[in-house]
Amino acid sequence: MTRYILQRLALLPLLMMVYSFVIFAIMQAPPGDFLTAYVATLASSGSSLSAEQIAAMRAQYGLDQPFFVQYLLWLQHLVHGDFGLSLEYQRPNAELIGEVLGLTLALALFSFVLTWALAIPAGIYSATHPRSIGDHLLTVINYVGVATPNFMLALVLMWVAFAYFDISITGLFSEEYAQAPWSVGKFVDLLGHIWLPALVLGIAGTARLSRIMRANLLDELNKPYVVTARAKGMKEWRLVLRYPVRLAFNPLVSTIGWYLPLLFSGSLIVATVMNLPNIGPLLLRALVNQDMYLAGGILLIYSFLTIVGTLLSDVALALIDPRIRVDR
Amino acid sequence: MTAVAAGQEAEDRVAVASNWRLVWWRFRRHHLAMASAGLLILLYLVVLFPSFFSTQDPERTDARQAFIPVQSIHLLADGALSPWVPAIVGKRNPTTLRMEWTTDPKKRVPIRFFGAGPEWKLFGLVRTKLHLVVPADPTQRIFLLGSDRLGRDQWSRIMHGTQTSMTVGLVAVALSVILGVVLGGISGYVGGKTDQVIQRIIELLQSVPTIPIWLALSAALPRDWTPIQVFFAITVILSLVGWTTLGREVRGRFLALREEDFVLAARLAGCSRMRIILRHMVPTFVSHIIATSSLAIPVMIINETSLSFLGLGIRPPAISWGVLLQEAQNIQTLALAPWLLIPGLVVIVSVLAFNLVGDGLRDAADPYSH
Amino acid sequence: MTEPLLSVRDLRVSFQMDEGLVRAVDGTSFDIMPGQVLGVVGESGCGKSVTMRAILQLVEKPGRITDGTICFRRRNGADTVDLARLPPRGAEMRDIRGAEIALIPQEPMAAFSPVHTVGDQIAEAILLHGHRWKEGGRKLRRAEARDITVGLFRDVGISMPEQRIDAYSWQLSGGLRQRAMIAMALSCKPRLLIADEPTTAIDVTTQAQVLALLRDLQARYDTAIIFITHDLGVIAQMASYVVVMYLGRVMEEGPVDEIFHAPKHPYTKALLRSIPSLYGETRVALPVIAGALPHPFNRPPGCPFHPRCPDAMARCSAAVPSLQPVAANQLASCFLHHDVAEPA
Repeated sequence: MTRYILQRLALLPLLMMVYSFVIFAIMQAPPGDFLTAYVATLASSGSSLSAEQIAAMRAQYGLDQPFFVQYLLWLQHLVHGDFGLSLEYQRPNAELIGEVLGLTLALALFSFVLTWALAIPAGIYSATHPRSIGDHLLTVINYVGVATPNFMLALVLMWVAFAYFDISITGLFSEEYAQAPWSVGKFVDLLGHIWLPALVLGIAGTARLSRIMRANLLDELNKPYVVTARAKGMKEWRLVLRYPVRLAFNPLVSTIGWYLPLLFSGSLIVATVMNLPNIGPLLLRALVNQDMYLAGGILLIYSFLTIVGTLLSDVALALIDPRIRVDR
Repeated sequence: MTAVAAGQEAEDRVAVASNWRLVWWRFRRHHLAMASAGLLILLYLVVLFPSFFSTQDPERTDARQAFIPVQSIHLLADGALSPWVPAIVGKRNPTTLRMEWTTDPKKRVPIRFFGAGPEWKLFGLVRTKLHLVVPADPTQRIFLLGSDRLGRDQWSRIMHGTQTSMTVGLVAVALSVILGVVLGGISGYVGGKTDQVIQRIIELLQSVPTIPIWLALSAALPRDWTPIQVFFAITVILSLVGWTTLGREVRGRFLALREEDFVLAARLAGCSRMRIILRHMVPTFVSHIIATSSLAIPVMIINETSLSFLGLGIRPPAISWGVLLQEAQNIQTLALAPWLLIPGLVVIVSVLAFNLVGDGLRDAADPYSH
Repeated sequence: MTEPLLSVRDLRVSFQMDEGLVRAVDGTSFDIMPGQVLGVVGESGCGKSVTMRAILQLVEKPGRITDGTICFRRRNGADTVDLARLPPRGAEMRDIRGAEIALIPQEPMAAFSPVHTVGDQIAEAILLHGHRWKEGGRKLRRAEARDITVGLFRDVGISMPEQRIDAYSWQLSGGLRQRAMIAMALSCKPRLLIADEPTTAIDVTTQAQVLALLRDLQARYDTAIIFITHDLGVIAQMASYVVVMYLGRVMEEGPVDEIFHAPKHPYTKALLRSIPSLYGETRVALPVIAGALPHPFNRPPGCPFHPRCPDAMARCSAAVPSLQPVAANQLASCFLHHDVAEPA
């Protein structure tokens, strides 16, 4: 077990190397660079830079170097924890990302907890009451939940809140707290706002998860060990929770691995629509403006979080499932 | 005929039916899936002939006809069959100075089914003026689903957006299936080092947060590409990650089948490798692949819509559902013109239909589901 | 004459499927005396297992007991209780399950949960019926249940019981798993044990050991056993009384010697003929029962066996023969031996 975790940890730097290269290649792929985009922006506002100024800036940012030199320079800085300078904001990228990373993680985790807290009971209910009215109702909700792009759901909720209740449900904080330093009041305010975006973000995942839970549990309920447990004289609900639910639950833990990337992806779009101060809008802007070191840094952090998430889910699965934990 | 004989006959019928016939029989029993399949056929008809279903040119702008509300079709006029839509009445709001439109059912604009409208080309070849619905008076415009801020007809735009979005889904899934089956098949059948390499690539691709990578790739597309180039680039980008799930599944099937007795029997009978794969192994999971693909299409559609909505997918002047939804980004605008959310409804309904058909197919294709 | 421990009368269980109604058990009756070993034989799909599930009220949806009585004599009371009338999830049924009627299921492989230790699952059964172990309502402690489990493991011949109870089922061999299952079934000293093909899934040598163990335990605890199998050899070794079933009905029943040496029903005769004999001629075709088991939606009218019966008469397809005495201790449902039909 320990060896397995160590092996996975040892692989981490290697994976990050691969990711960093792929990401850098993607960042470099668009024709032109930040300066061409920058000059174009300047030109549209009427001012311009001379050819010498552009060349000087290009040299200053290292944009005139060949691809591999640029990559190695970037990598060298990364190894020292230096994410470079945002070309657009002229501030360290680490600082820019750090400002929003906390809220990004908070939203993702909150949404994750909400998803499981809703999906598992719903799945259990559906599987233990197949073809009941409740099951049919949950099935309908699930189908619609999966079919609705989450930005669409966000739009509808925002529109309904605005048009019929005249309230704005964008952002994560009330006005008085948005710029305020952290305090208990701000935290409570955050809790009051975060659940709606978290729900919007998690709805598709919730639907998918509860459908998987339902299918798994229906499978498990037909297994002979359930009959054995019933023949012991166990109470039905206790039996269901102790045996089949436990077994149906295990494979779900390994889905955390693919659910995390999904969550990060979704939060990007929802954050843009709902104007949430998380990493999404920052990445979007960096991509559009070809602020490549900022975008690259964010993508790298996304990848890192995903790998760690997958690793954690594998470890969690091994902890709860003896068939994986115990060496035969 | 006695009940026993009837039962016996049914049993015999099942015994001799081909696999596809069995799948069809089982699929037919899912009424929702059947209805959804009908809907999808209709949608693909729109894909083939969007201009026929449109009432006007989707690009025709008129700033004086911005934000016109939905004019719904009424079939009966004074008890007789004579289709019409209510007319539009405009009034300038004295405070915002904006034109505000309402429909007036007392004033009727007669419409005609299968009438003549703006000219279009069938498959780019045959010129025709035939449209499903047109106003009886060709100088008038009707807005069956309202108009946007530039006075463009949303109904016609949705018809053309359907063509793009549904095609993106289909092409992207087709590419994924090809990649998935070929690479998954090689991985599963050849095994060894090849398998290892392909598996690592799949794992790498699957652990990537997809949307950010898609965004980065789409942002990398040159600004001066034509809509057609962008369209194909987007489908390729979507399928680059999409194939991994299928690739995994196909590999799993191959690994399991390799050990099956009937494959050994075929090998002992002297079948060539290619023949074993194509004649003996692939047919056992073709129905499964079809089901999985039909479940992948809606995912692609949602992804395309999301990308385009963020301005990084299909770009105007091309029209897709996501492009249409960009018009709905502003909440103030939405409060004024809620019908701009209708393209989203179209997305939901079509994704729902795909999912229902896919689930129906998967249940029908799985011989062990009962 | 002693009173029967369990008396099944005219039991009917049917499954409402999309394709139609499947009558899995269609009017089965039999008795079992305290301490008796009853063998139930029949081909796969003849309703043996469903009958046993019905006794424990464990028939799964869409199955349902539609008719009949299952009278069981509780441990401390002269009164009998009709199990078929008890709510399947009610307290009384749960009190009987495991404690008074225990089950050894068909597949020992899958009968234990793979993520809980074997000992844990057995101790759970003991704790569930904890009040039977301690007087005065004191709760049995977990450690005590564990000690009892260790003792049970020793009883069923599992070596190193202290280590084995912390094993998971997939870490045990097939034979050990079945022994653990028997330990669980015997944990509360039930009066009736239902063994549903307990030896089908294990190899022949282990099978012999498990059978010997069951015989030994039966003698020691004086438990009645209903032994279900399609293996007539096992029946001959284990049972004192035999019930032969076909398509959810009892074809013939009687003491084991009479059934084997003087079978009356053509189906029993056909079954016995299809056993290979050590002493018979070699390299001859084994006689088989003509035809195949009909599809469950396609029950033949009249006697269910008549389409495959060599002695079928015109009447056999018109009426259902009832189970009637045909010899001193033997009953059969066949018009060759009597002419009492079931009321339509």
